[in-house]
Amino acid sequence: MDSSIKPEELHHVSHEHEHDEEGNKMFGFIVFLLSESVIFLSFFAGYIVYKTTSENWLPAGVEGLEVLAPSINTVILVASSFVIYFAEKNLEQKNLVGFRIFLLATMLMGSYFLYGQAVEWSQLEFGFTSGTYGGMFYLLTGFHGLHVFTGILLQLIIFIRSFLPGNYDNGHFGVNSTSLFWHFVDVIWIILFILIYVWQ
Amino acid sequence: MTNISLNIGSESHHEPPTNWKTYFTFSTDHKVIGIQYLVTSFMFFLVGGIFAMILRGELITPESDLVDRTFYNGMFTMHGTVMLFLWTFPSLVGLANYLVPIMIGARDMAFPRLNAAAFWMVPVVGILLMSSFFVPGGPAQAGWWAYPPVSTQNPTGNLINGQVLWLLAVAISGVSSIMGAVNFVTTIVKMRAPGMGFFRMPLFVWAVFSAQIIQLFGLPALTAGAVMLLLDITVGTAFFDPTQGGNPVMFQHYFWFYSHPAVYVIILPIFGIFSEIFPVYARKPFFGYKVVAVSSMLIAMVSAIVWVHHMYVSGTPGWMRLLFMVTTMFVSVPTGIKVFAWVATIWGGKIRLTTPMLFALGALIMFVFAGITGIMLSSVPVDVHVNNTYFVVGHFHYVLYGTVTMGMYAAIYHWFPKMTGRMFNEGWGKVHFWLAFIGTNLNFLPMHPLGLQGMLRRVASYAPEYTFWNVLASLGSFLLGMSTLPFIFNILISWMQGEKAPANPWRAIGLEWLISSPPPVENFEEIPIIINGPYGYGQSEPLTANLENQAIKTAE
Repeated sequence: MDSSIKPEELHHVSHEHEHDEEGNKMFGFIVFLLSESVIFLSFFAGYIVYKTTSENWLPAGVEGLEVLAPSINTVILVASSFVIYFAEKNLEQKNLVGFRIFLLATMLMGSYFLYGQAVEWSQLEFGFTSGTYGGMFYLLTGFHGLHVFTGILLQLIIFIRSFLPGNYDNGHFGVNSTSLFWHFVDVIWIILFILIYVWQ
Repeated sequence: MTNISLNIGSESHHEPPTNWKTYFTFSTDHKVIGIQYLVTSFMFFLVGGIFAMILRGELITPESDLVDRTFYNGMFTMHGTVMLFLWTFPSLVGLANYLVPIMIGARDMAFPRLNAAAFWMVPVVGILLMSSFFVPGGPAQAGWWAYPPVSTQNPTGNLINGQVLWLLAVAISGVSSIMGAVNFVTTIVKMRAPGMGFFRMPLFVWAVFSAQIIQLFGLPALTAGAVMLLLDITVGTAFFDPTQGGNPVMFQHYFWFYSHPAVYVIILPIFGIFSEIFPVYARKPFFGYKVVAVSSMLIAMVSAIVWVHHMYVSGTPGWMRLLFMVTTMFVSVPTGIKVFAWVATIWGGKIRLTTPMLFALGALIMFVFAGITGIMLSSVPVDVHVNNTYFVVGHFHYVLYGTVTMGMYAAIYHWFPKMTGRMFNEGWGKVHFWLAFIGTNLNFLPMHPLGLQGMLRRVASYAPEYTFWNVLASLGSFLLGMSTLPFIFNILISWMQGEKAPANPWRAIGLEWLISSPPPVENFEEIPIIINGPYGYGQSEPLTANLENQAIKTAE
């Protein structure tokens, strides 16, 4: 028998092993995000292969992309990652009002990002079906935009939940995972921005 | 210690699902979900088998005379799809669902509701695929690999066609698998009983863990490719359309980056089953436990760098073919380690040739054969010669029927008493084994000479000189179809009125054999404390510190 466990402690050891539900959820969520990142990596790999092998990469009449507006958008999205971090910190310090203010700011910044992208889309001279370039551009920005939209929805849910008493007294899986998801969306955007806008 | 022990075989402590109606509900009990997976996937296995017999019926004569060619194309597409996405994957997920939590000493999976949701997507996938028989143009005809530009053709012009339904079904199946993989990985990492380090986990758990990691990192690539293909068909993008600057070979990369590792997703759990079964029926500790555990992870890792061996003739440059030939051959190293470990485990043991052992041994023999043809196929010069012929079909059917399906039968028989609380009929089990073993070899062995002589796959008619081997293969397929009858009969009768099974009918070692058959609702009254490795035959030390485990102490 294992000498480290005395017979009289068996019951105790077995009961101590209550499974940590919040920890499991967070672990599962990180595993899910890792898997999700492979979809983006697959699209990125496709983009790189198409860009380096296509004979007619840019659609006829298209010079390239405007960089200034997307750069401002990038700064706003990256900044919002810090803002949601402050929201998390405020909640840890039981400051619900501060939590709500920072969360609201994150949502506004995310929404502004989506608005900026919509404006850009409406001004572009090529569409989804304009060769592999158009396809990859809209696929990448669209799939990322869908993630931004999902992130804002998650933020809205935890925002509303913060008004219901008792929700955030112990354990903040919803908040921590939403925040992690937002950082994830942010990191993906940085790679995407470099691929599409910087490396033209 | 006795006051906190679990009463083995006691009937008063558990309320297992005795009513069959339980299995039609949204249950979150991993054991119910496991059986739901197993039964559902077996139903689809029968459907896929009927498709196969239609194909072999067509091929019994050289002319295309039984079904029309469009239907034949739909048949081989659906046969492959059903067998992979609705039989092998879900049946193994079902088995893992049933066993993994018990084997690691947990009460359930980490996310029981997610688990149930993942299961209920399987019938949805089945309904989507089967409904494609009723849309204009019939089911998808581009094969289970769905290569463009064949798959992007849409002669009927309908947005809802067989190929679109196929892609939706594959996407849903992918979502279900990712949900399952997140659940398995979290369960295995976070919910092991106290004392169960990674190197005290049963080898089946190691195998499932490795396989699910492949799912997590491989499936998203297929999803990416499937989304792009769906957009090409429905919206008119040009990712894979060469006439508009797209590249059809890109789809092959997306597809095989997942679909080759997918083979290991189904074969690794079968290896795990072998590792559980051989020590029990040879009455010996597992030979080389740690090496075999690590070899599963090694196979999972190498699996990510072999996919181009499916594309030797897709215009792949020579240096890349060489690279992927070497990496593919490297898979045989960890696999060979396992085979030697199994042989060494059986070597000199007191072998009991019960039905599960027969199936496991039969599957191992056929796996060795498949491994040899696999190494042949990994070699570029051989592959270029036999590519697209029946040699390839013969090889992967030795893997998928000879090893995976036969291994699955071994598992079903081995754990049947545990799952149902009843014993099966050994005589009928042996009849089933011999019919299936002879049927498999009669069906798939002739495909090798056929392929070497140059008969192409996916064709409904062939030159008359190929008739002899084709007739043999077709007879084999009908025999294989027949072999399921004694199985179904045995399982149904035994489940209803078989002899009551004790907790540990095989005198096996492992947590699942320490609890009653069938197990109580939450598996363990007291979470076990693990103080030993899983295969201690001949040792006097018990497996756990707090569960009654006289079965373990019987030194043999």
